[in-house]
Amino acid sequence: MSANELPPIDGAPTAPLHAPASIHGDGTDPAGRDTAGEGVWARAWRTLRKNPVAIAGFVIVALFLLVALLAPLLAPFGPHELPGRGEIRPTQIPGPSADYPLGLDRYGGDVLSKLIWGARASLLVGVLSTLLGLAGGVLLGLVAGWFGGWVDVSAMRLVDLMLSVPSLLLAVSIAAIAGQTPWSVIVAIAVVQVPIFARLLRGSMLAQRGQDYVLAASALGLTRRSVTMSHVLPNSVGPVIVQATLTLATAVIEAAALSFLGLGGGEPSTAEWGRMLTAAQQELAVAPRLAILPGICIAITALGFTLVGESLREALDPRNRTRR
Amino acid sequence: MLRLVVQRLLLLIPLLLGLSVLLFAWVRALPGGPVTAMLGERYTPEAAAAIEAEMGLDQPVWVQYGKYLGQLLQGDLGTSLRTGRPVVEEFLVRFPATMELTVVALVFAIGIGIPLGYVAARRAGSVVDHASVVVSLVGVTVPVFFLAFILKYLFAVELGWFPSAGRQSTTMVATHPTNFYVLDGLLTAEWDAAWDALVHLVLPGIALGSIPLAIVARMTRAAVSEVQNADYVRTARAKGITAARLRGDHILRNAMLPVLTTIGLQVGLLLSGAVLTETVFAFSGIGSFLAQAVFNADYPVLQGFVLLIAVVYALVNLIVDVSYGLIDPRLRRQQ
Amino acid sequence: MTQHSTDQPDRPEAAVTETPAPEKEIAVAATAVPADDDVVLRVEDLAVDFRTESGAARAVTGANVEVRRGQTVAIVGESGSGKTTLAMAVLGLLASNGAVAQGHIWFKGEDLGAAGAQRMAQLRGTELGLVPQDPMTNLDPVMRIGRQIDEGLIDNGVRTLRTARARTVELLQEVGLPDAARRASQYPHEFSGGMRQRALIAMGLSARPALLVADEPTSALDVTVQRGILDQLAGLTRDLGTAVLLITHDLGLAAERADVVVVMYRGEIVEQGPARRVLTEPQHEYTKRLMAAAPSLASRRIEIARERGLEEVLEEALLAPSAETGSSDDGTASGNPDEPTTAALVQVRDVTKVFRIRGNGLLSRGRDFTAVEGVSLDVPRGGTVAVVGESGSGKSTLARMILDIEKPTSGTIEFDGAPAGGHDHRSRIAYRRRVQPVFQDPYSSLDPLYSVYRAIEEPLRAHGYGDPAERRARVEELAEQVALGKGVLRRFPSELSGGQRQRVAIARALALSPELVVCDEAVSALDVVVQAQILRLLAQLQEDLGLTYLFITHDLAVVRQIADRVIVMQAGRLVEEGTVDEVFDTPQTDYTRALLDAIPGRDLDLAV
Repeated sequence: MSANELPPIDGAPTAPLHAPASIHGDGTDPAGRDTAGEGVWARAWRTLRKNPVAIAGFVIVALFLLVALLAPLLAPFGPHELPGRGEIRPTQIPGPSADYPLGLDRYGGDVLSKLIWGARASLLVGVLSTLLGLAGGVLLGLVAGWFGGWVDVSAMRLVDLMLSVPSLLLAVSIAAIAGQTPWSVIVAIAVVQVPIFARLLRGSMLAQRGQDYVLAASALGLTRRSVTMSHVLPNSVGPVIVQATLTLATAVIEAAALSFLGLGGGEPSTAEWGRMLTAAQQELAVAPRLAILPGICIAITALGFTLVGESLREALDPRNRTRR
Repeated sequence: MLRLVVQRLLLLIPLLLGLSVLLFAWVRALPGGPVTAMLGERYTPEAAAAIEAEMGLDQPVWVQYGKYLGQLLQGDLGTSLRTGRPVVEEFLVRFPATMELTVVALVFAIGIGIPLGYVAARRAGSVVDHASVVVSLVGVTVPVFFLAFILKYLFAVELGWFPSAGRQSTTMVATHPTNFYVLDGLLTAEWDAAWDALVHLVLPGIALGSIPLAIVARMTRAAVSEVQNADYVRTARAKGITAARLRGDHILRNAMLPVLTTIGLQVGLLLSGAVLTETVFAFSGIGSFLAQAVFNADYPVLQGFVLLIAVVYALVNLIVDVSYGLIDPRLRRQQ
Repeated sequence: MTQHSTDQPDRPEAAVTETPAPEKEIAVAATAVPADDDVVLRVEDLAVDFRTESGAARAVTGANVEVRRGQTVAIVGESGSGKTTLAMAVLGLLASNGAVAQGHIWFKGEDLGAAGAQRMAQLRGTELGLVPQDPMTNLDPVMRIGRQIDEGLIDNGVRTLRTARARTVELLQEVGLPDAARRASQYPHEFSGGMRQRALIAMGLSARPALLVADEPTSALDVTVQRGILDQLAGLTRDLGTAVLLITHDLGLAAERADVVVVMYRGEIVEQGPARRVLTEPQHEYTKRLMAAAPSLASRRIEIARERGLEEVLEEALLAPSAETGSSDDGTASGNPDEPTTAALVQVRDVTKVFRIRGNGLLSRGRDFTAVEGVSLDVPRGGTVAVVGESGSGKSTLARMILDIEKPTSGTIEFDGAPAGGHDHRSRIAYRRRVQPVFQDPYSSLDPLYSVYRAIEEPLRAHGYGDPAERRARVEELAEQVALGKGVLRRFPSELSGGQRQRVAIARALALSPELVVCDEAVSALDVVVQAQILRLLAQLQEDLGLTYLFITHDLAVVRQIADRVIVMQAGRLVEEGTVDEVFDTPQTDYTRALLDAIPGRDLDLAV
């Protein structure tokens, strides 16, 4: 035992030797009495609930979800409305006023409304691309981990190939094939995530396969399928779920980057954070708020998902599980 | 060591072959088909016929691929639709700019990230520790082009401390034998030109460096936290060696192993980020050229640059792996 | 041990680098009543706290220990007893969340509690030495061995930069490292475990410390290597007159190597005194228990039957060739391995297993590794056969082949007259019901996502046993058989102790009422007291259920407690076979003899 870890002392550290029965160190009650019968996920949840960082993340994500879902109720104007079109001059873009709390942009759109509708767009892109990427990656990883042999080798070569191209370039190339529609951005981001999820799941499954409990399950006469489904896979999804949470953040940022590069089609006045940020480039000196506001929205949303993902990673880390 | 290098270079061949297949298929999957994609707005029936003949679109697919591969092997990656110049040439002209920018970004990231991460780990819970967490979060959550905007707005537009665009002031007259502008200035003893080029690199360098900075700081912090609790560090302390030796020879050296790998992996992110940063600062490297190519649907450029960048990326990782072997004797023997 | 109540005044002359003169022949210092200045270390009423998320936890309470010059004091305890914490407190190397809460540590009259970090570093390089536990993790992987010793010598002014290497080579020679000059310029990964441990001993003794803390110095090594290294360590410290604080969980080792034994339990010292006295006439309840549990050569087979009554003994004698009758003269009666007896449940004939190791280079070819070579053995029905060997002996591969997890490259394995495993899916499944494993690591042998109930129920479910109510009844019956409380059933593996987990693993293995249970190092990861309980449980279950055991272990002492027959393996081959008494009393090969000799405390007549 190294001196760096706290010696695992049963329940009461200083309890002197009482009855001989307590000597067993076995069969007696282990430390967490009030939490008996708690699984890994339940424990992670309990850890998360006590973690202020996780709470902050959850609050941000919840706010973001609320705004995105209730956009029609919250936003003063519709997503395509340009109520202040008449007030825009080439040299002047009106700032905050009673009618437009965050001012107008250069198309005459109400910035507040566009930010609110932008949340909805980001949610859509983030969730859909993450789900698609997750599905693709899990499928590829499962196929590789399941069949092994040449299937595994070729799947992993494909993953290597995809990872050999910097992610944004890959996304841009995919988006170019997918054409100028909002869907192309979603598909592009999803495809970029596929190799990441695939490699993660496969590695995680391989690590679990070496564990004794998998061996024991096979020795019980369980088929390969049920060993994989009831032991290997459930124990491998932890890192994948963490990665998916973090991907929600990346997806929001990447979507903005692709918009910035002019991909995704649609009007330049579309109510979308990335698009707003791009459009604001020209007015950086005149109206910096047009760039700052959507930028902050993107950063805060990404922060929310990142905080949740990181605290989840910490909560699920097997090194943090109590071992006796 | 040489064997490792040769081995890794050999492994590049299947990678490039695979990529060439993907890129070949990619052109054929473009909306409107390869001819439209390759010609863009210059489409005329005659030009289309010429392209079809050149790519051999009437022939079987594998013959077409063979042709494409043959062109690749001769170093012919096609011609830019917009400039009409060979893609390889466009790449080589702009590559030094991006490399300069990337080096500045990495120097910024490593120069701040490693000390920050180290102090954060050694003084867990201190102000520095919290600062390192904030830095890591900012780097991950703030889009790089937004950060570039902010830097540009604050330090170029509002304060005027740094130039807001380009690689060199338009008024500066300088010769460029290598196209590495800072290096050129030093080589030709045009000190003001070198300084001017360096000043132009500061803001884009910081913006681009924010991504690796976050990750380097985070990895260093994690690695140092782990290493300082390792058994061999305790044993080293039991020998009564000086604090400086403990820090440098044992903790930092071991902690650098994972950090170094991470830095190698950042190069891909840096190249992605360069596309955005260079665009914001109108910095004429491969990134901004790529962004224009995307904007103009200049597919030959996109196709060729993806291949070339993958080669650069692979070579950088090769260098990282070799230097990894220099630090870690366990790998030296194996390979 | 006498308690000195007189206060120790600070002594100025006890300051720095006086190299202790090598004093020989002090070995049994405990018997004499030495002068006060012979006391190198005195720990007074020491308490150590660790800060944890749930407040301070006290790891050591009110500890008093005294170590005299040239004396070896062993601190014995299970994991979590605070023995390592006590030693690290002496060295000032507590983890960053640990601190001395109370009491004093006097080292040569100097209060180490009052010494600053710099003074402690100075002392550690000169007067205090450490030989750590695990040789695999205690050397800096990226620094040459020689430099790791040099730097201590240089930083403490023992040698200069230029002369340090020559001294390092001398030190490495001293600990019995052949070709020391060349070895000094190698990296740790080029050393075997034993060589690394020798290098660590050289490091610990490099400054000729007055006190050496040896923390489980050989626990991570194979038994045959252990003995050589302990001899080396003992010889050197005797010649140099170094006082040794030996931390160990192994009573036999403590008995053999120490003058004074200190027993710790849950952070407290429960007993201390001259080694022989503590081990032969333990006073404290815990020491007695520890002694009773300790597997040693003196221990006998656990005999459930004898405790129950004579009739059953006779019955068992009929069922299996048992240990109590098997002395060397009736060895022929226990069966010749070449002639399959009808009673044999498992017959292994000339089995070889070859693994193909992939080359790690692009062009390098793979090579073959023969894990098991031409092994034949019988496992009689209702008996226990132990397969003993060091790491790499092929014993686990053999077990896996019998479990039908690996297929033999050549040779046959028959189970109950038919080929082991099966030719198709159905027969394989049927085989699984009859042969079950219990693995070594209780931490990894249970799925962390499965509650205890689900883990035990899984085999029943998989084989379509009854309806949910019947399964519940069966699970509860199994839990009772392995002495698990009902409350444990809804817990998850992370909430159980090592012993409890192993009970769950056993219950799961028994769920399908198998005939053969293969125990692969099933008790190796457990503390001695728990180990004894599990061995007892296994014996009891064998008695109740008529089980046959194949017991894979590296621990010969365990063998004597559980097995009828022993098979010794070395480098994939079977080198010796016989009844327990034959092998233990009249070993035929040098290898077996070396294994037996290596067990600490074998010549001691312990209080059992």
